[in-house]
Amino acid sequence: MNSKTQNKIAIGGLYGIAGLVVLILLALLGYILVSGVPQLSWHFLTAPGKAFLKGGGVGIQLYNSFYLLILAMLISFPIALGAAVYLYEYAKDNWVTTTIRTAIEILSSLPSVVVGLFGFLFFVVKLHLGFSILSGAFALTFFNLPLLTRSIEDSLRTISDVQREGGLALGLSRWETVTRVILPAAVPSILTGVILSAGRVFGEAAALIYTAGQSAPALDFTDWNPFNISSPLNPMRPAETLAVHIWKINSEGIMPDAKAISSGSSAVLVIAILLFNFAARYLGKRLYKRLTSA
Amino acid sequence: MKEEILTTQDLHLYYGDKEALKGINLNFDEKGITALIGPSGCGKSTYLRTLNRMNDLIPNVTITGTIKFKGDDLYAPSADTVQIRKEIGMVFQQPNPFPFSIYDNVIYGLRIAGEKDKEKLDAVVEKSLRQAAVWDEVKDHLHESALALSGGQQQRVCIARVLAVSPEIILLDEPTSALDPVSSSQIEATLLNLRHDYTIIIVTHNLQQASRIADRTAFFMNGELIEVDQTKNIFMNPANKQTEDYISGRFG
Ligand SMILES: Nc1ncnc2c1ncn2[C@@H]1O[C@H](COP(=O)(O)OP(=O)(O)O)[C@@H](O)[C@H]1O
Ligand SMILES: [Mg+2]
Repeated sequence: MNSKTQNKIAIGGLYGIAGLVVLILLALLGYILVSGVPQLSWHFLTAPGKAFLKGGGVGIQLYNSFYLLILAMLISFPIALGAAVYLYEYAKDNWVTTTIRTAIEILSSLPSVVVGLFGFLFFVVKLHLGFSILSGAFALTFFNLPLLTRSIEDSLRTISDVQREGGLALGLSRWETVTRVILPAAVPSILTGVILSAGRVFGEAAALIYTAGQSAPALDFTDWNPFNISSPLNPMRPAETLAVHIWKINSEGIMPDAKAISSGSSAVLVIAILLFNFAARYLGKRLYKRLTSA
Repeated sequence: MKEEILTTQDLHLYYGDKEALKGINLNFDEKGITALIGPSGCGKSTYLRTLNRMNDLIPNVTITGTIKFKGDDLYAPSADTVQIRKEIGMVFQQPNPFPFSIYDNVIYGLRIAGEKDKEKLDAVVEKSLRQAAVWDEVKDHLHESALALSGGQQQRVCIARVLAVSPEIILLDEPTSALDPVSSSQIEATLLNLRHDYTIIIVTHNLQQASRIADRTAFFMNGELIEVDQTKNIFMNPANKQTEDYISGRFG
């Protein structure tokens, strides 16, 4: 067999594999959307759930998902940004940074169930935070931090060293160069990373089951005092998210329309994550264009 | 006799164990252009970067010897690298404007230093861009991204950016080697305009360029300064055999 036919066979094989992956993905997405989208309605998206009767919605779970996501991002983004800037812009290559990098690597490959159980033992039990939004947000932070740190570090890496030299040679301090040249230049790519990790956080269930809890108490959307138990803003209330809801219905749902609600919820989740992904691409590209072109 | 603004004495630089500069003694008078020439890898960039302490950024670099800027030791423990780099600016081989507007690029140094007066900033932008001979080409789109400009325009904006912080010395490391001939000659014209007001030190591998613009030329080889003299002496009547071989294209 000559190298040309070999090459052809190899390329054909790779195309085949790639095609198979795409096909599986499309089939999965198609199945979820086809079975889920017909369940969607304004009522489904906004109404509270019903435990025993049919006709419940996922309004509270949907709201909880977003609230948890925002809290988790508010906590993890500044830490991840600081860690990434330190690691990439300041840290020397020595055993300390190697250790930190390895730790991040390991953290990012921890199964999320483990993160969830750790969150349960530490935040829920030890720190007496109970099943609450706050416990959930901390658990999500642990889950998110390593991934976000690495993605921000990668964003910094895309900014060429000639930019750093340009800043320093202009008499900017290291800090000024980082904050006034490098970070602004990296914003589009950092933003893309943040949104993509938001998608992952949004769909996360295992880390939340034992931290944010599996119940969704009714919320009073007119009460914005975070100290009231029925206030949507209260961070100490248990809060089942959409992803947890799907898991719960499928394992112990007793409402007559459990199957339909599960399909509908899955569709909402998938659509939300797709939207995150498209938003990430779109915003990243647009911002980059605005920064770089006429 | 003119003042010597920058002096280097017995300058050695090691990258790890590797000696890249082997005892350089070279002084610069105020104003005018000095070109540093020599085969690639001979230490021109390394030498240039010691002059505004850009080598500090590279790990495992050891520097011995003395560099004095207006009599002050650049490597004294009390020396402020940030201040030094304001007075000794640098332009790189690859044009490296920030991914912001032309206007922002030029005033970046000043703005970060705290200058807020809009009129003053406007004036500095115009003056610097004029000095860098790029004003006419960019004056109508100052608020568009500098990355949309051609390479040659970008490089002149980078020169303007350096001029805006009013340095005394401008270091340029092969500033035209990434540019087309037309852009290159525009940069050369720009430098010729600036030579009356600034001390300019330019690394170039283009011998014609050195002979066209430099008042003085220094020839480096293997980490050593072989010869430095008025440019026309270096090209017409070099004292050293190695210089002559290099000038006449026998190597490098
Ligand atoms: N960061 C570095 N680390 C190690 N060696 C280097 C580094 N930069 C340059 N060198 C070496 O130092 C010598 C001089 O390089 P350089 O100053 O860039 O030469 P030139 O600018 O004259 O081409 C070369 O042998 C080069 O390989
Ligand atoms: Mg060089």
